[in-house]
Amino acid sequence: MVDNPAFAPMDEDSAPDISTVRYKSEVRNLSFYYGAFSALKNISMMLHEKQVTALIGPSGCGKSTFLRCFNRMHDLYPGNRYVGEIILHPDNVNILSRSVDPIEVRMRISMVFQKPNPFPKSIYENVAYGLRVRGVRQRAILDEKVEEALRGAALWDEVKDRLNQLAYNLSGGQQQRLCIARALATDPEILLFDEPTSALDPIATASIEELITDLKDKVTILIVTHNMQQAARVSDYTAYMYLGELIEFDVTDTIFIKPKNKQTEDYITGRFG
Amino acid sequence: MRLPVTAQSDEITHPKRLGYSYRRHLGERFIETLLFLMAFVSVAITIAIVAMLVKESFVFFEHVPLWEFLTDTQWTPLFDDAHYGILPLISGTLVSSAVALLVAIPLGTITAIYLSEFAPFAAREVAKPFLELLGGVPTVVYGYFALLFVTPLLQKIFPELPGFSLLSAGLVMGIMIIPYVSSMAEDSMRAVPMHLREGSYAMGATRFQTALRVVMPGAFSGIAAAYILGISRAVGETMVVAIAAGMQPNLTWNPMEPAATITAYIVQVSLGDLPHGSIGYQTIFAAGLTLLLLTLTFNIIGHVLRKRYREVY
Repeated sequence: MVDNPAFAPMDEDSAPDISTVRYKSEVRNLSFYYGAFSALKNISMMLHEKQVTALIGPSGCGKSTFLRCFNRMHDLYPGNRYVGEIILHPDNVNILSRSVDPIEVRMRISMVFQKPNPFPKSIYENVAYGLRVRGVRQRAILDEKVEEALRGAALWDEVKDRLNQLAYNLSGGQQQRLCIARALATDPEILLFDEPTSALDPIATASIEELITDLKDKVTILIVTHNMQQAARVSDYTAYMYLGELIEFDVTDTIFIKPKNKQTEDYITGRFG
Repeated sequence: MRLPVTAQSDEITHPKRLGYSYRRHLGERFIETLLFLMAFVSVAITIAIVAMLVKESFVFFEHVPLWEFLTDTQWTPLFDDAHYGILPLISGTLVSSAVALLVAIPLGTITAIYLSEFAPFAAREVAKPFLELLGGVPTVVYGYFALLFVTPLLQKIFPELPGFSLLSAGLVMGIMIIPYVSSMAEDSMRAVPMHLREGSYAMGATRFQTALRVVMPGAFSGIAAAYILGISRAVGETMVVAIAAGMQPNLTWNPMEPAATITAYIVQVSLGDLPHGSIGYQTIFAAGLTLLLLTLTFNIIGHVLRKRYREVY
């Protein structure tokens, strides 16, 4: 395993312009336990601001577990334990700390799930949900934010005439874009994607991928994907995980063209995984 | 490696000649018919009950015009000056049911929300058997509980409350119905998939916001069905109202008064010594038919609601 791969210098030619890239978040020696089972082992890496970071690795390697640490989703279930830190910038606060309210973390870090999970409400109310739970009531603000979020998720033109219809009337791909709009409506700083296209057909997948690429102008993105081509297409940085450990983390091109670690190379080239 | 197969078993697994096996299909037919007959029994009994009620009610309506039945404000079929207006019985039924539902629906829903969304595993394991026990108490016990405990208690607050009242009967009936409402509502709330709750939490919602804004709408049809079941129970409940609400038909919308419900009246007459075939005796069929139509209406409303808001996750 490479020593502290997150801090390894990048190749000059393939790296994004370093002078303008800052860290949105730093993971420091993060371990995670489901009861006695150690699901993540001493992970350290960076999330570059307004860049897309992909997590790849075989099933059960802990990539979803890792992603769900960022919005403290594990707090919902008893017996889970975090060790280590995830520092959120610019606050420079450890979001895993007991003194930080997970609800406040989730107010700033949104998530899109594997299976589209719109609420049993209208399209409009789905997008307005995050604002409503924050106590926003003024119709004008809600209208504006809903439209902005739906435009941001490239869904506005398809649904603008039927905002009051039940969200379940949308197709799978539209539902997933609705969930992205829902997450965008609250202006999150980090957007987490947990295999967002694994339940979608190739055309819907392409539109979601295009959307992710567009979104990084506004927001830092962390995406778990099963699909290595997808990681190569959408991400700027890629982390390869195996059995709860971070094996290699680098600029996506480097990971896919000349990985430093033999294990990563075997996985990328399909000899393993 | 294949095990050696005897000629006979080989023939069973690989029939030589493709054809129609009458023996097999006859057996299948037989089972099918048997199952159909079993299922038909309950349908047949329902039809028989309705037919009996309608037939006997006809005898009643030959003597009493339907218009009088629906508009007369007195129900005194056993008096010399007989009046046959169903309204007093309907008002008694609706008032006692309304009191019961005012207790059962809020408390049942809150219990369901707590058990499904908030209660730790251990608390749920303790609370559920107790709730089920509440539902298992015989209704006659509830009746005397209302008459001998709740009424005196209420009389301390409302000194003018009579010994029999719709209020007391309704309150106890409500307590009796809580487990029906809460367990059915809880089941439907727990059936709301976890990924919907996670979606809500991930948006920064609290547990209560999630329960109220995502889980309850998601479980709407089940919760509506639980309410309808509660209403049907309240309207059809007999023992509590017969014991604690008094048995005088009384056209009133005031729960503080004594009154008879449809069910209480039927009990009163069936236990009495009226000759079969007399007009007084026939009244219970007309009252029973009214009750049936009342609960049928609620069941149809429930069915429509369920269909309209079926869960599609």
